[in-house]
Amino acid sequence: MARLHLTRHLFVFFPQLEGRELVVNGNTAREIVDGLDAVAPGIGLYVCDERGRLRTHVNLFIDKQMVKDRRALTDPVGADADVHILQALSGG
Amino acid sequence: MMASHSSAGIPAAAQILVATRKGTFFVEKTATGWQPRLVGHAGTSVNFVARDPYTGRYWALLGHGHWGAKLSVSDDGGATWADAPAQICFPEGARFIAQDMYEDASSEHGVGWKISTKAATLQKLWVIGFGPGGAVYVGTIPGGLFVSRDGGASFQLNLPLWNHESRGGDLFASEGTGETKWFGTPASEGGDFAPGIHSIVVDPRNPQHLMVAVSTAGVIESLDGGASWHSRNKGMAMDHTPEPEAEWGHDTHFIEQCVGDPDHLWQQNHAGVFYSRDRGASWTLVSQPDAGVHFGFPVAAHDSDGRTAWLVPARGDNQRMALDGGLFVARTRDGGSTWTQLRDGLPQGCVYDVVYRHALAQQGGVVAFGSTTGNLYVSDDGGDHWSTVANNLPPIYSVRLA
Repeated sequence: MARLHLTRHLFVFFPQLEGRELVVNGNTAREIVDGLDAVAPGIGLYVCDERGRLRTHVNLFIDKQMVKDRRALTDPVGADADVHILQALSGG
Repeated sequence: MMASHSSAGIPAAAQILVATRKGTFFVEKTATGWQPRLVGHAGTSVNFVARDPYTGRYWALLGHGHWGAKLSVSDDGGATWADAPAQICFPEGARFIAQDMYEDASSEHGVGWKISTKAATLQKLWVIGFGPGGAVYVGTIPGGLFVSRDGGASFQLNLPLWNHESRGGDLFASEGTGETKWFGTPASEGGDFAPGIHSIVVDPRNPQHLMVAVSTAGVIESLDGGASWHSRNKGMAMDHTPEPEAEWGHDTHFIEQCVGDPDHLWQQNHAGVFYSRDRGASWTLVSQPDAGVHFGFPVAAHDSDGRTAWLVPARGDNQRMALDGGLFVARTRDGGSTWTQLRDGLPQGCVYDVVYRHALAQQGGVVAFGSTTGNLYVSDDGGDHWSTVANNLPPIYSVRLA
């Protein structure tokens, strides 16, 4: 079980998530992203590519720790964790 | 609005669809001229926008940067847009042979060069094409042709082209030949140098006859709906390489077919302008450098007269901007024997625009083009006279007509 905190940029594409408290079941970062995708179908492909890897300029933090396994998202997520998904800032 | 008609009976375009670095714009003809408006994807990079003439559905090819490439559709004329129900994904096990430069301190040049086999993930949606019966074709970087037979409810990677011997064979099953004759394009998002499919032609006489063009490989044809593919590069010459007439490796920038005379194909290539009167079996160089016609990215074919085409030449390839500070469209009406520079209404001083490969289009006498400087121009008389639609759009990636 984790509380999910999303960059507001994702609310442009998934406005139904804005202002909602997002609590998702899962023991790994992968399960959290999959759980998020069940709440908002399609969002998993925004966060990860079609091989399930975290996209290059997207970051995921578990209790303030940056995810280590960007390829398979096996990092454990403890009970009552806070998970942040955000993007690298870039110009243009 | 009354639709006007060209002499050939093709309706004049009523709508200009503009894909830009910061959103999708539609331009419609009103009593006071062509009026642009932002219709969607504000702030998002849009590579290509087109209308499926068989269904009326609008498609936008987005490059979100952080969030990946997405297909977006509108079924209400552009009023609302949503992610398409099926997104383009490379299947598990899809790989391609890539050439990479890498840091190498032991090399006297500081860099090395290696051939590697990479897992394919979608980097860029580049072009979309349509056929009858729910056929939708999407060209991507790395060079995949994705095909839908159900109007876009699902897409499959065309495997005969992906596994083609010219790019190393079937890499799902083995390491293949280990050699590719397809090279890359810097047009990918994310910086990878990978090949890309930027042109899709569906023959109006026979939808089993498909052509695609690839940067950098050349023109490729299928006569059986995509079950098999072969090169169509005869007559083209890569004047920048040690083997100019090689079967593969041609840097075709864009091809377009004359829909009313489909044996006639036009091609703007890195190495000049090429024309085919035999459905791509052979190509003839029809550049006329002293008329400013040689390098550029886009080409537009006439609706019915196979000998007529338009270009927006650029100073190439070491500058890639307007020639000598003035903007012109070049038109031929005799199969490239002679070219006319059309400048009336276009800026002729201090101009440095470049027009990308998808950013020139013609339909029923309406010709429109846009530049990466955010300038959009239209002609209602086949290019004889031009007017400015907008000067401050975001960088323009694609201009299509509907």
